[in-house]
Amino acid sequence: MVVANNYEMVCGLEVHVELQTKTKIFCGCTTEFGGEQNTHVCPVCLGMPGALPVLNREVVNYAIKAGLALNCEIAEFSKFDRKNYFYPDLSKNYQTSQFDLPICGKGGLEIEVEGEKKWIGITRAHMEEDAGKLVHSGETISTSNESSVDYNRAGVPLLEIVSEPDMRSIPEVLAYLEKLVQILEYTEVSDCRLEQGSVRFDVNVSLRPVGEIALGTRTETKNLNSFSSVRRCMEYEVARQARVLDAGDKVIQETRTWDEGRGVTLTLRSKEEAHDYRYFPEPDLTPLVIDREWVERIRKTLPELPGARRARLQELGLSAYDAGVITQAKALSDYFDAALIHYGDAKALANWVMGDLTRLLNSNQCQVADSPISPERLAELLVIIDKGTISGKIAKSVIEEMYSTSKDAQTIVKEKGLAQISDEGALLGIIDNVLAANPQSVEDYRAGKDRAIGFLVGQIMKATKGQANPGLVNQLLKEKLA
Amino acid sequence: MKISREDVEYVAALARLELTEQETQEYTEQLNSILDYAAMLERLDTSDVVPTAHAVPLHNVLREDQVRPSINHDKALRNAPDGEEGFFRVPKIV
Repeated sequence: MVVANNYEMVCGLEVHVELQTKTKIFCGCTTEFGGEQNTHVCPVCLGMPGALPVLNREVVNYAIKAGLALNCEIAEFSKFDRKNYFYPDLSKNYQTSQFDLPICGKGGLEIEVEGEKKWIGITRAHMEEDAGKLVHSGETISTSNESSVDYNRAGVPLLEIVSEPDMRSIPEVLAYLEKLVQILEYTEVSDCRLEQGSVRFDVNVSLRPVGEIALGTRTETKNLNSFSSVRRCMEYEVARQARVLDAGDKVIQETRTWDEGRGVTLTLRSKEEAHDYRYFPEPDLTPLVIDREWVERIRKTLPELPGARRARLQELGLSAYDAGVITQAKALSDYFDAALIHYGDAKALANWVMGDLTRLLNSNQCQVADSPISPERLAELLVIIDKGTISGKIAKSVIEEMYSTSKDAQTIVKEKGLAQISDEGALLGIIDNVLAANPQSVEDYRAGKDRAIGFLVGQIMKATKGQANPGLVNQLLKEKLA
Repeated sequence: MKISREDVEYVAALARLELTEQETQEYTEQLNSILDYAAMLERLDTSDVVPTAHAVPLHNVLREDQVRPSINHDKALRNAPDGEEGFFRVPKIV
């Protein structure tokens, strides 16, 4: 895709995901978010001399699970390495990570942009420890004379997922990220709370003239934590690189940082002064041997993934769009499936879930998992509509009442006397009254003005406060007027 | 393989070591003699040997995902050169 001035954008991403374990990757400290500074720490995650790390089994389980969901090869032999650098966000002067033998090898996922499907390759995914948090005394790191460090986050397990440079446009990048986060959420390897920094993105971008095969010089912008930051950062960076190239200059290979407030990327460090990490095998941890039986055991725990769910809902009669909306977030998709057990018409159910239910949840800023209307109760409402107990129109007010009172539909219908009038005798009496009161309309209808019947139906519905069974009213009225 | 002066200066810079002229000279010679000694290993035929990832023949030493008590920040900061309100405090980073 041509992005600007006949340049093509090439993008690859590194995504850091915090795994949802109870404890850190190499020690028993809690991974709970927040907490008073330096209270979720111990000699291991503080890097005290003599402290020995021991790998958390659950981290390996989650890494395998995520790898399988992302179609990755799972290594039979894997090990940890030390990545050496001086920066006080880790107290050991190295990060325990994986270098040449990561747990997950080649994989990928399919994205769809404007109806076109595309495979985005994943190069690898590896386990590593998260770093602590720095608070600088000044505005930025370089204007600060000192910094304060909280190591509560140091040692929280991360999976770093590295993509191939397969993306050619910002919509492709966003589609990849949305799909990736969706899969991670469905597999429950991470809580995926972007606002808490559970998922963070590093964006590698370069430009090349359209038709050119060799890659241009790239920049890496680190530590973005929302989709909108990724989009804005890329828009800025693509325009900046295009300006540099247009002026006949060269893009410098460097690490940049995104300034959210000003909406610009800034040089963090250039490659010339980049770190040589001097990786070497971590002597304090033994290697991992992952037999195929272990992999198969994890494979059995994989849930139905979003793509498969969407296909299943489409088979049940939902449009591609509706199935996409329902399966976008796991919580809504789970709600839908729970209701589907009690009510079989998927299409009608989808209309209520995406319509009234979503509207009520949104206007009350309520998460679907906390909905005062349970999936069973929503299903029950739809069942009594189908039975003819209430009309679809009355049901709209019943669902409001269900939401605000947490009562079930049957109770509300009974208490408020909302049951539909399907009794022919009762309806015929009302119809006679309406016809007697509106002789002109009756005459018009008989004179061939079909529209007149709509007015008469309206009068009958009015007289019954909307509770008359509309199908029956139409049928009886036509018989009367015939 | 020969270690040059530049190699020593580069490694020293990465390790944040400030070397005098004499030290740079001395370490260049010492590192070369250490590597020459270790080069003896190159005489062995290792074509059938898989790379060693760990000196101890163990694998899969794992722990269960169970929370254990952490230490409080007074204890955490006891050996720290500087700290405040439960934070470690470090001098200018860059």
